Amino acid sequence: MESSLILVAGGILMGLGAIGSGVGIGILGGKYLEGVARQPELQPMLLTQLFISLALVDAVPIIAVGISLYMIFAL
Amino acid sequence: MATEYETSADYIQHHLTNLTYGRFPNGDWGFARGQEDINSMGFWAINVDTMFWSVSLGLIFLGVFSWAAKKAKPGVPGGLQNFCEYAVEFVENNVTQVFGARPNPIIGPLSLTILVWVFLMNLMDLVPVDWIPHAAALAGIPYMKVVSTTDPNATLGMSISVFVLVLYYNFKIKGPITFGKGLVTHPVPHWSMYWFNFILETVDMLAKPLSHGLRLFGNLYAGEMIFILIALLPFYAQWLLSLPWAIFHILIICLQAFVFMILTIVYLTQAHETDEH
Repeated sequence: MESSLILVAGGILMGLGAIGSGVGIGILGGKYLEGVARQPELQPMLLTQLFISLALVDAVPIIAVGISLYMIFAL
Repeated sequence: MATEYETSADYIQHHLTNLTYGRFPNGDWGFARGQEDINSMGFWAINVDTMFWSVSLGLIFLGVFSWAAKKAKPGVPGGLQNFCEYAVEFVENNVTQVFGARPNPIIGPLSLTILVWVFLMNLMDLVPVDWIPHAAALAGIPYMKVVSTTDPNATLGMSISVFVLVLYYNFKIKGPITFGKGLVTHPVPHWSMYWFNFILETVDMLAKPLSHGLRLFGNLYAGEMIFILIALLPFYAQWLLSLPWAIFHILIICLQAFVFMILTIVYLTQAHETDEH
């Protein structure tokens, strides 16, 4: 009973985190393409900034995935 | 490869357990033989494999880079010197871009160390998951987790060290009074809201090292987990899944090392900003 509840909790953690970051990274990539299309010479700088913000957006769901996998396998 | 283990959960569990040396509840010191032992040890335990791999990879980094620096001579540089110069230049560009040209003796070497060290520790993730643990098992070592960054103790240790540096520079550059003022006046500059500002800023400040360390841990832990899950498949299917994931993982490895370095620079830059804006 308890371990199956942990599985459900892990699934919810991973899934809800992925929804938010999916929307966020989609917007981020779209804006990056728009920016590059407007000013192609800024592309290297924008790419660096894109990676930084990508990692910031990425952090929350990946932490959720890490914690849920930890809950499922290590607890 | 999962034949020696009773279930696949056992296999995963084995590959996610650190080799821990610590104090048992009855006062003896020794290696833990399983998760229950590690839980019973509590605070007085050290993950020997994490320490071994992180320290030896750090020594490899220092050795290679200092060897290349000593061997460097004017003229056409060789392959190794090129590589080291490229790494140093890359870090230098990023530091000057974000941090500016303030005099600081520590941020450049720190960033280079973090970049290369985290990259090397992440790179151990690309070693097939069974090679080193299986070799260690044949040598009589029960547990061996090769990727140090999949141990939250290592990543949080690094992020907390950066946090200590941030606090140090906050005190040194801004002084305790300006630093304290910044804590209570920042979002709403009115005296009746100081308590609220203080709570907000404290949470903000404590969340930084936590997310800094957990980001690296989460990415690498999830990646390692997927490699272990692929290793549970029958052997003819492993190649099909492991190859694309490994290629994709190269990106994650470099990106996480880069992000860990950039965030270190950003946090230290914030600690140096004295003017209000």
